[in-house]
Amino acid sequence: MRPAPLSPQLAIALPVLGAASLLLAWEYLLPLLGVPAYIVPTPTAISGVFQKNFALLMDNLRPTLIEALAGFVIGNLAAVLLAVLFVHNRILQATYFPIVLFFNTIPILALSPIIILIFGLGMTPKIVIAAVICFFPTLVNMIRGLDSASDNEHELFRVLSATRSEIFWSLRLPRALPMLFSSLRIASATAVIGAIVGEWIGSDKGLGALIIQASFNYQSDRLYAAIVLSSCLSIVLFCAVVLVERRVIKY
Amino acid sequence: MANAIEASRLDVGYGGRQTAVKVLSGLDLSVEAGSFLSILGPSGCGKSTLLRVVADLLGPLGGTISVLGDTPHAVRSRRDVGFVFQDSTLLPWRTVRDNVRLPLGVGQGSLTRKIDDRSEELLELMGLAGFGERLPHQLSGGQRQRVAIARALLGQPKLLLMDEPFGALDEITRDRLNDELLNLWRRTGTTILFVTHSIAEAAYLGERVIVLAANPGRLVKDLDMRPLKQDGNRCKREDPAIVAAMAELRAALEQAS
Repeated sequence: MRPAPLSPQLAIALPVLGAASLLLAWEYLLPLLGVPAYIVPTPTAISGVFQKNFALLMDNLRPTLIEALAGFVIGNLAAVLLAVLFVHNRILQATYFPIVLFFNTIPILALSPIIILIFGLGMTPKIVIAAVICFFPTLVNMIRGLDSASDNEHELFRVLSATRSEIFWSLRLPRALPMLFSSLRIASATAVIGAIVGEWIGSDKGLGALIIQASFNYQSDRLYAAIVLSSCLSIVLFCAVVLVERRVIKY
Repeated sequence: MANAIEASRLDVGYGGRQTAVKVLSGLDLSVEAGSFLSILGPSGCGKSTLLRVVADLLGPLGGTISVLGDTPHAVRSRRDVGFVFQDSTLLPWRTVRDNVRLPLGVGQGSLTRKIDDRSEELLELMGLAGFGERLPHQLSGGQRQRVAIARALLGQPKLLLMDEPFGALDEITRDRLNDELLNLWRRTGTTILFVTHSIAEAAYLGERVIVLAANPGRLVKDLDMRPLKQDGNRCKREDPAIVAAMAELRAALEQAS
């Protein structure tokens, strides 16, 4: 038998308690165990960086936010447009989709130096890396979504003599939206990863650059603060996608 | 009375003309306009395929078919045919009202006659008044099929094709919808082709019941139910004459399987 579901209060209280217990253990247990602060600084030390170096953190958050957002929009938009083209032209899809899938097998870390070679050291290569990392999952999901209407649904539209564009707007696109949003949720986190990876390889600005600099200089509290901030950025983007999804998909 | 459907030596199959696997072979069938025809048969006998040919969703390999005195394509383009599927095929993102109004939003370009928005009237007719703003997942299986029927009737089709529409419903709901469908048919005079797996449902609904055999699909029984029923295709399910007809249909079906 499946266990009874938790009450709403417990469902909220337990994860909060779990996080608090881990933070307390981190704060008090790790120093007791002799883990040095230059490897794992305490939560209070990390939050201290947010107070002391708030301006520095924000200065580095801004470029990462712009790169991740631009990459997210450009990568996903390109994927959606290509998916629409592919499902309306099967020959084009059969010709180029396997090649697109092949490109997807190249690790982004291996591809990044080439992108930096092509686009230089500005924001552009970071945006391109973030866009590339968002592009493939959305393309595959969008193609699958646009093809997910059932035979009966297609027959219904045929009985009504619907045009191709009516079938697209009234059937294929709404059918694809749940799959599109599930890849947008994933892309909200990967876009930030793409921007940070780009900054690692060639940048003096952004959370990626801050992470590299802080680790080279053994400023582990600053390093952890940058990591927390990158995670917060992903969470904010993720929540924004979920909010839009809830407004668009009501069923 | 004129015939709504006239099929002669009809061959239907899937695949190319040379390599096709025949689903229907040499089918001759005439269906009177305004009548209620039940179609019975084992799986794979081509019951649904026949409906798809009539609806112009599938072309025949050979033979001829005329629907309402015209080609299936012309009839579909005029929106004179309505189709109800087994799985209701409601669009989950549209409200009940917007599902019923789907025919107003698509395929209007090819249409020569204007379709009126009778959605409110149809929702009321199908016992769905007050459900217009619900989403399909908030309805029961029976209610979903009622919405599908309302949608098929919006364009006031002269021919209604129903492919096992009540197959997934419980018996009580199915019986109730059978009676509602008969009332609807009496009121509208629409010709109905009704595919079902249920002998009882076929006998209760049909003025005429045909049985198809499989491999390849062909007509093996054609039973006129009108002499067994009262005016307006009325009968009781437990009427001895209906029960005897059901036994006859069962025997034909067993032979056909």
